[in-house]
Amino acid sequence: MKVLVHLACLLPIAWLVYAGFENNLGPDPTHTVTFFTGRSTLRLLAITLAISPVRKLIPKLGWLIRFRRLVGLYAFFYACLHLLTYVWLYAGFSLAAMEQDISQRRFIVAGLAAWLLMVPLALTSTNWSIRKLGGKNWNRLHKLTYAAAIAGLVHYWWGVKPGVTTPMFLTLLIGGLLLARPVVKAIREGKNGDRKPPVAVGAEKM
Amino acid sequence: TKLPATPNPNYGKGLKPTSYQDVTHYNNFYEFGTSKSDPSENAWRLKTEPWTVEVEGLVHKKKTFDIDQLMKLRPLEDRVYRFRCVEAWSMVIPWVGYSLSELIKACDPLSTARYVQFISVDRPNQEPGIMSVNIPWPYSEGLRMDEAMHPLTLLTLGLYGEALPNQSGAPVRVIVPWKYGFKSAKSIVKIRFVKNQPPTTWNLIAPNEYGFYSNVNPNVDHTPWSQARERVIGAPIWKQLQPTQMFNGYADEVAGLYKGMNLNTYY
Repeated sequence: MKVLVHLACLLPIAWLVYAGFENNLGPDPTHTVTFFTGRSTLRLLAITLAISPVRKLIPKLGWLIRFRRLVGLYAFFYACLHLLTYVWLYAGFSLAAMEQDISQRRFIVAGLAAWLLMVPLALTSTNWSIRKLGGKNWNRLHKLTYAAAIAGLVHYWWGVKPGVTTPMFLTLLIGGLLLARPVVKAIREGKNGDRKPPVAVGAEKM
Repeated sequence: TKLPATPNPNYGKGLKPTSYQDVTHYNNFYEFGTSKSDPSENAWRLKTEPWTVEVEGLVHKKKTFDIDQLMKLRPLEDRVYRFRCVEAWSMVIPWVGYSLSELIKACDPLSTARYVQFISVDRPNQEPGIMSVNIPWPYSEGLRMDEAMHPLTLLTLGLYGEALPNQSGAPVRVIVPWKYGFKSAKSIVKIRFVKNQPPTTWNLIAPNEYGFYSNVNPNVDHTPWSQARERVIGAPIWKQLQPTQMFNGYADEVAGLYKGMNLNTYY
């Protein structure tokens, strides 16, 4: 099962490398690679965000949690590739160009923020970190995923021209998954409420 | 259809044209959708025959030209120009046409005409983007009279020696090679001579980013992109990046048009 997850996550980069060798990245390969790695990052982030509400709604799928960290790491992997395309193919490794971009372009700032937010998550993805931090703290820290996903979406919208709506699908998807959290919580609390033993109700009345 | 054009050796020295495939399959033409591949996929829907261009406004000879008349007004030339998109990519394209000034002279504008406005075709049933893309239609562009009269400004009827394919702005467009591509209106149905600076589409959408002039300028950036560098279309990925030249390399010819103007203000 784990092998399958690895394969699924490596499939996009395999396709990209293959298309690169076949000279099949289109008329503007830089643009193709940039959008491809950026979108892959957001898609994988969406998957990690989907796991928690799905397993709460469908307890049978609880085992999905075992793959959340792995998928999250792959999201970071694609984010790094995406950052590399910028550093190499857009800025040409020029520090001056990057400095100027960061000081002048909110679009670059949002993207960089999203990547930076993912760094501590990637660094604390080991079992050792979870033990060290304690489950509760670790969970709290990893809520940064929400911020990273939102920053990533803002970055995407700021990077396309007015009138272009390509970021819409991922925005609705990730937005839906974030909104699903309080909704799922409310549903579960509602269910728990029903299950309250009558004694307790009586006790309340007293 | 092959066009009877003669190469004009004054333009395009040392430039290597981008492949016909890339020139005609990587387009911005929002009337057909916002993706680069939408125009080549959807533009066949546009009926380009018959076609007329109305010349109106502050002009002595209000005329309506059909394409045949435009083809025969002046001898057609092949001119190889650099083409720079505001999205920081660039091509080299062999256009076919003649200086727009020839058409303007034939219409004899009034001395009060200070700007020229170009209106693109607006047919929602033939251009799916008009229904799906939420920007003001019809597409409108404009030039100051001296820019329109500049010999580089090309009334364009073809590329690669053939009539324009629909996705490239058939049957007639202008090409203003020292400005970002969106200034070069496609599929033109009206040319209007006016007194005041006309409304232009991208300027209406985002005035703080897309100025009326929109000259290629490596020193004035757009929000998402630096304009100091550009990606060469069709080049291998590690060789795409190249520096952008002032006025897209046409500074010797056109810088004089903007003498005394602060190009950071008039972007």
